[in-house]
Amino acid sequence: MTIFAGTAGPGCTISNLVTSEAKVSGLCTAKGSLSIPVEYRSIAPVLILGVAALVLLVLSATLPKRRYPGLWAGLTALAGIATTVDGIVQWANLDNPANTALTVGGQVLYDHFSAFFAILFGCATTLGAAISDSYLSREALDGPEPYVLMLACSAGAVLMAEAAGLITLFLGLEVLSISLYTMTAYHRRRAASGEAGLKYFILGSFSSAVFIYGAALVYGATGSTQYFEIFQFLTGTVVVHDGVLLAGMALLVAGLGFKVAAVPFHFWAPDVYQGAPTPFVGYMAAVAKAAGFAGLLRALMLALPTQVSSWRPAIWVLAVASVLVGSVMALVQADLKRLLAYSSISQAGYVLIGLQAGTQAGWSAASFYLFTYLFMVVGTFAVVGLTQGRGEVRNDLGSIRGLGQRNPWLAGGMLVLLLAQAGVPLTSGFLGKWLVISAVIGKGQYELALIGMVGAAIAAFAYLRVALLMYVPAAPTPARPGQPRGEGGGEPAVAPTGPGAPSGLAEVAGDLEALATAGLGATATAVALRAPSTARLRVPRATAAAIAVCVAFTVFAGVSTPVLSLAHSIGLTWSL
Amino acid sequence: MTPLAASAPLAKLALLATSGVANASDWAVYGVGTALAVAGALGVVSLRNPVHCALSLVTTLFGVALLFIDEGADFLAAVQVIVYAGAIVILFLFVIMLLGVDRKEAVTQGKLRSLVPLGIAVGIGIVVELLVLSRSSHWATGQKATSGALSGPGENVQKLGQTIFTRYLLPFEVTSALLVVAVVAAVVLVRRSSGPGPAQRQAAARQGLPQPAPSAQASAVPSAPAAAPAEVLAGAPAAEGERP
Repeated sequence: MTIFAGTAGPGCTISNLVTSEAKVSGLCTAKGSLSIPVEYRSIAPVLILGVAALVLLVLSATLPKRRYPGLWAGLTALAGIATTVDGIVQWANLDNPANTALTVGGQVLYDHFSAFFAILFGCATTLGAAISDSYLSREALDGPEPYVLMLACSAGAVLMAEAAGLITLFLGLEVLSISLYTMTAYHRRRAASGEAGLKYFILGSFSSAVFIYGAALVYGATGSTQYFEIFQFLTGTVVVHDGVLLAGMALLVAGLGFKVAAVPFHFWAPDVYQGAPTPFVGYMAAVAKAAGFAGLLRALMLALPTQVSSWRPAIWVLAVASVLVGSVMALVQADLKRLLAYSSISQAGYVLIGLQAGTQAGWSAASFYLFTYLFMVVGTFAVVGLTQGRGEVRNDLGSIRGLGQRNPWLAGGMLVLLLAQAGVPLTSGFLGKWLVISAVIGKGQYELALIGMVGAAIAAFAYLRVALLMYVPAAPTPARPGQPRGEGGGEPAVAPTGPGAPSGLAEVAGDLEALATAGLGATATAVALRAPSTARLRVPRATAAAIAVCVAFTVFAGVSTPVLSLAHSIGLTWSL
Repeated sequence: MTPLAASAPLAKLALLATSGVANASDWAVYGVGTALAVAGALGVVSLRNPVHCALSLVTTLFGVALLFIDEGADFLAAVQVIVYAGAIVILFLFVIMLLGVDRKEAVTQGKLRSLVPLGIAVGIGIVVELLVLSRSSHWATGQKATSGALSGPGENVQKLGQTIFTRYLLPFEVTSALLVVAVVAAVVLVRRSSGPGPAQRQAAARQGLPQPAPSAQASAVPSAPAAAPAEVLAGAPAAEGERP
């Protein structure tokens, strides 16, 4: 009961809920009466995204067959903006507590949590479309299909966040997953993409099966799949033989843990991140994680708060393992996309830390973390997509080397995003980590706070290495006597362009390089640090705008409070 | 299939043993149902020709459907026939036909021979497990799942229909959206491997050539699963980075 204290609006008391619930079940049993309240406002974000996907399909079938540069991405971004605006309108409407009763047969919840995640997924769709357009035309893959899948994926994600029961949650999960499998395998000429898609599909289907098995066991144990009814049963009943319930909870957590890539369900993530088209990875990292965590938060906080002593240790283990394994493994990666994959595993660990606190502060921190991580990860992968070159020929750490020379603005933006992921103050990443850790300190879990800080320190090294590499000159630095060069002799000599660097600067660069390569094996260093060409990197307009938005938001959310107060006022309320 | 086929007769047995009511027509339906189910199951494991095995499986599924009707689970019986016998066995047959219908494989030969004792042990284990579970009454949390919307008197097909189109209307509609997404995904994956690239399509459009018909693209569907791994293998080594 305490979970609702202070968050439930005046119109959303338990007695109100019981009557509205009885009304819905009464409709089901009454013979001949087949009408339910369908409030389109409660599913408006899903409708906007879903209808936009259908519009794209119909347009692609009816328009004359030729290329439409920017049309599909533009429409997708428009749908994303509409979803964001609708989320804001929803948030504003919720000031009137009567609106929390809006639903479709009791299957979706209309509350601040739903509105918050509608805004999040709307932003993700807009940014995802903006960074995908130039990539897809560079790779000669453009067409409406990836955008249809992206919109469908976002619709599934919103549905997961507003689901009021395990059935709706599962359907949202499936819509999201099937779209993501296909987006992963979309680059058909790259063998790695198809391989990653196949891997993601097989492991993802397995995890979906695990999830549905868990949902079936929870249903068998409690007699319902609706969060509210599960909660009601568990508060009104002393569960003596709870083996089935525990197994069901464990399988639910495992199924959703796969989607958010929490250790030990993370094995797909590095391979899939490495193989999938880069802008889609950014989108996927943001949306799949946020949707999985939204579902997990709802299920654990709304349906199973009475079992908190059972699920908290499990989430604790997942959180610690994710933070530590993700951070340590990120250190030894020579591939930029794999490095970011392990970094995202580590970031998932921080959200889990907030989740396992099981308090209002905990889920606010988790939601804030997810919202700010969206901008960091989309921006980072947008930069990686630009530096890797046509055909994704270079994904290793060396591809980013010399970015400070090739495009100082882009390097500056990337620097901010990397620092934010490392948790440096004055960025949203710091605020997110601080909120999460203060939430567990509020619960008295000092050991977890300590592990979180240690993990952040380890991961910071991985990010700073990438950041340093950007400012190592792309031209080969002269070898200093007594210091073996990290690069092999087989490296094609790159003629330095522009004015020759002063020798003092070259020494600094050599030191930077030595620092940046620390921890990598000799062969990995030789492969990974081959410098790309020194030609100036041109950034397409839409991508530049998206990266600018990501960077601006990361700084804005780190130094000011509007987003923070938004996240603070998220209440996981009953609004059936 | 074994647990499903075995559990219904066992539940029936338990019911008969406890209630002590032995209705003659009940017994007759039960006898026919179990006989069909057991005979079909034996056929599945003993027949040589894989097509005959699949058809025996249909017999088993029909026997279980009969038992479901006997229990008053009309909807389950219909789903059993439509989904399992109608769709899944047909899918099996498709696979058997594609792999070559002439191949005869016996489990008593070759690599599978060592697995026969294991199969028998697992089968016996499942039977014992079901018997134990049917004896114990409190292995769950105490509440039976029959407290849901389908409990109580009345036809369950009607109740189910009403529930799906009222309370579960949104999940029902989302299922249709899921199918649309799956179709789009399948088309995207298949067409990219065989269809012309955008540049070629554009050139064809400029010259006024007919576009490739959708049916021609759809005909590539069966070969897609085979094509995908081949492409993966044929491609350049996928990952040069370190793998943990």
